[in-house]
Amino acid sequence: MLDFIQQFVSGTALGCVYGLIALGFVLIYKATEVVNFAQGELMMVGGFFVFTFIGLLGLNYWIGFALAVLGMAAFGMVTERLIIRPILGYPQFSIVMATIGLGYFLRSLAGMIWGTDDLKIDTPFSDGVLKIGDLVLAHDKLSVIVATLILCVVLYFFFLKTRMGTAMRATSENMLAAYYMGIPVKTVVSLIWAISAAVACCAGVLLAPITFIHSNVGLALGLKAFPAAVLGGFGSIPGALVGGVIIGVLETMAGFYLAQGWKDVVPYLVLLAVLLLKPAGLFGLQLRKKV
Amino acid sequence: MSDEPILKVSNVESYYGPIMAIRGVSLALPRGKIVTVLGANGAGKTTILKTISGVLDPAKGSVELEGNQIQRMDADKIVRLGLSHVPEGREVFPFLSVRENLQMGAYLRTDKDGVAQDIERVFGYFPRLKERIDQPAGSLSGGEQQMLAISRALMNRPKVLLLDEPSLGLSPLLVKEIFAIIRRVNAEQGVSILLVEQNAKMALETADYGYVLEVGRVVMDDTCEKLLGSKDIQEFYLGASDHGARGERRWKKKKTWR
Ligand SMILES: Nc1ncnc2c1ncn2[C@@H]1O[C@H](COP(=O)(O)OP(=O)(O)O)[C@@H](O)[C@H]1O
Ligand SMILES: [Mg+2]
Repeated sequence: MLDFIQQFVSGTALGCVYGLIALGFVLIYKATEVVNFAQGELMMVGGFFVFTFIGLLGLNYWIGFALAVLGMAAFGMVTERLIIRPILGYPQFSIVMATIGLGYFLRSLAGMIWGTDDLKIDTPFSDGVLKIGDLVLAHDKLSVIVATLILCVVLYFFFLKTRMGTAMRATSENMLAAYYMGIPVKTVVSLIWAISAAVACCAGVLLAPITFIHSNVGLALGLKAFPAAVLGGFGSIPGALVGGVIIGVLETMAGFYLAQGWKDVVPYLVLLAVLLLKPAGLFGLQLRKKV
Repeated sequence: MSDEPILKVSNVESYYGPIMAIRGVSLALPRGKIVTVLGANGAGKTTILKTISGVLDPAKGSVELEGNQIQRMDADKIVRLGLSHVPEGREVFPFLSVRENLQMGAYLRTDKDGVAQDIERVFGYFPRLKERIDQPAGSLSGGEQQMLAISRALMNRPKVLLLDEPSLGLSPLLVKEIFAIIRRVNAEQGVSILLVEQNAKMALETADYGYVLEVGRVVMDDTCEKLLGSKDIQEFYLGASDHGARGERRWKKKKTWR
């Protein structure tokens, strides 16, 4: 039982990271119908940003965290402006190739700038543990879960209660109509990239004490976050997070209880099963339009 | 000054890629009036409205709103100048509630109290929307979505309102109701309205002046009274011809304006 709880918490923590990356996929996809395969790399670059601020420049963890998130938000906006906006309207596969290319580029660039060694930073959550009776839970894992919950609440209020958040949802639902309303659509799309990159950066910073910071970390996690988004119903924000947690927990449990090799297969088996039963994913919305 | 039309379109040509959709169209919307553009499917009516509201840039010609050239402006700037567009097919935000749709119509406004008042005012025009204020717009009926689309455009307090086929797909009774509101909006708020329609009868009874568009060109324009009396309009747009001539043959008949 203790094992189970411990594995469950680890899986949930990992799943939160998947969920946060998946959330970035979903935000960008809903707004622009672009599937950004470099989302994992945005997380990876976020990790290096925080390494630079905390590990190299020696800043306080929270200040480094905040600077990294702001830096990544700007990075997301620049990426959209320089790489995505010029090719919007091209065939979908060109755009997909561009984002895959961006991923390669960022991985190489990160390797050139920060090297290919595993990097580590000290965080307030690196070593501590929470003991409840015999149960021992590592702070690094718990911090991921708590931070993800906080982030969800913040994003929920932003998207549901603020004017800009509502304008983002409106733009995602009907971009042409958003133009007709006088919503500055280009700015909105820029900001969506900023948010996606900032959220990915949070994932990268939270993950830093658990795994090492390395230029390939984004590729591995991005490949898991993508099925998480699909499982949740590509296009649903809560779906992305729930999908991420499901995949994270399944993977961790399979790794612990099943023979070697199942770890990476089980999430996909479950994904296939869900898609067979519910093709739109768990939270998929069927768009209705009345004539 | 007040004799100047509030909206003036001069010799506008617009393309979709290589396809020329409107071929040198000129029209004028006098302040406080309702002007209609009639034409069959594919005549270029929607393209004219898109060109005016800045979603499409014309290759040639000019669009003037209160004397300002707006043909190269971004859509959001034009909305800011007081021009709202109710697009063909409503284009509501389906997962946003009725209230949020209306708030998006007022996106550029910062006067919260004024916006709240205007929400009440459009509910005065369309009480049915009030009952559905927290429902997602996608769950409304077609007629209610059209009401919402018009209300949403009014939330910008426009001086000029572009309406693209508000009667499309609605029952005759609903069409009557919506056109009555269009007249009220024009009379009570002094909004100048450019109304694009295939339903020529309703449009001519509502508007003051009309243009007839065929394959991207204006082929006829006159006061609606005169247009209603015109033989060509009666035959080709009001379907007043004898029954035997309907169908394909109807379109082969020679029109006097050619
Ligand atoms: N997005 C588009 N791409 C290419 N051609 C278009 C597009 N939209 C409209 N057209 C063409 O432009 C012409 C005018 O269309 P439109 O303005 O929609 O006509 P209407 O609103 O009068 O039905 C038509 O021949 C139509 O096929
Ligand atoms: Mg049309």
